[in-house]
Amino acid sequence: MEQFSLTLPSDALPQNIASATLCGVVSSGNLEILVEPAAASDACRIVVNTSAHGFRDIWEAVLKDFARRHSVGGLSLSINDAGATPAVVSLRLDQAFETCRGELA
Amino acid sequence: MNGLQISYFEASARKRLSELVDAGSLVEFCPPEMRQTSPHLAMLDAPLAFDDGVVTGRASLSGHKVLIAAQEGRFNGGAVGEVHGAKIRGLLDRALSERPAAVLLLIDSGGVRLHEANAGLIAISEIMRAVLRVQAAGIPVFALVGGSCGAFGGMGIVTRLCTEVVMSEQGRLGLSGPEVIETVKGVEEFDSRDRALVWRITGGKLRRALGEATLLVDDLIPAFRTAAAKLIERYRAHPPVPADLDELLGAQAELTERSVRFAAARDGREIWQADFAEASRVPEMTVAEFNALLGEAA
Repeated sequence: MEQFSLTLPSDALPQNIASATLCGVVSSGNLEILVEPAAASDACRIVVNTSAHGFRDIWEAVLKDFARRHSVGGLSLSINDAGATPAVVSLRLDQAFETCRGELA
Repeated sequence: MNGLQISYFEASARKRLSELVDAGSLVEFCPPEMRQTSPHLAMLDAPLAFDDGVVTGRASLSGHKVLIAAQEGRFNGGAVGEVHGAKIRGLLDRALSERPAAVLLLIDSGGVRLHEANAGLIAISEIMRAVLRVQAAGIPVFALVGGSCGAFGGMGIVTRLCTEVVMSEQGRLGLSGPEVIETVKGVEEFDSRDRALVWRITGGKLRRALGEATLLVDDLIPAFRTAAAKLIERYRAHPPVPADLDELLGAQAELTERSVRFAAARDGREIWQADFAEASRVPEMTVAEFNALLGEAA
């Protein structure tokens, strides 16, 4: 497994979220994302645990794009990944963001 | 919900659970934010899941308190590791003090998680003993089987230890899975890639015809919910009573007779011939038609 974390500046999410929301399942080519509130409201903290070694640059590009597209300041994301492609990661991030705000069941 | 019919087979464990119980009633035990992950998978440098592949909690179903576990078949085939097993066993132990109307096990598992070897085997044996203890205390345990991994290995045994077994046609129940049998005994014994054959032998319709599943329902979460609610009502009126020795000997004699009667059977069709005039039509029958022909009200 390869693990890394990064803190990305992002606009503060203008609402409170549930204490924890889980999205996705850790299966081949898929990932789970646990969304929790974080202390700093002007940044999003992300911990990635992935079975695919050597793709940190691509992870950072996908995560930075996510933090730019949405106001995710004040969120903490913990990711368990079993080799999802960047497109799947991006879709799952969007789903996690919607779910933590109560937009999806 | 938006009125779409939700396939039980296709849904994740969390989706099944949230649609099965009364809306918003689930209180999860050992939730993902506690990060009770598998130390064995970590040592093997394998991917972890924050809930170790099983959701456990307390909820209400049609207003009745239930304790409930849902295995996630897509995480390591729903296989039971040390933490995963401890969560289910702990849930069953909790039933002894909380005394819910029922314990529901949404089983979707190939059995023991081989990465965890003895710890997984011990976990399964603990679950088996706990299922029996809970029933001995007068609390029914219902197995719901309709996921892609079915109920195999140790979880197949756990399923048959439950008070009632609700299956869909898509659900499968067995001890050794088709691929294991093919690997050990050869493709002539069981072609695990012949999906129609696999379902005719391990699927819900044959299990229902043999009495190993006690209810056959459509592959829809609301169908499982309705079945579970009916069972809860039935067992509130008549709590489960442990079988006495005569009953167990009777069941053993029936199984012995069955093994002789169907000794030459190579396919589910040959067994359906005992119950159905048109055995070859059974795979295409709707659940309602199948249940009606079995003489059971839908």
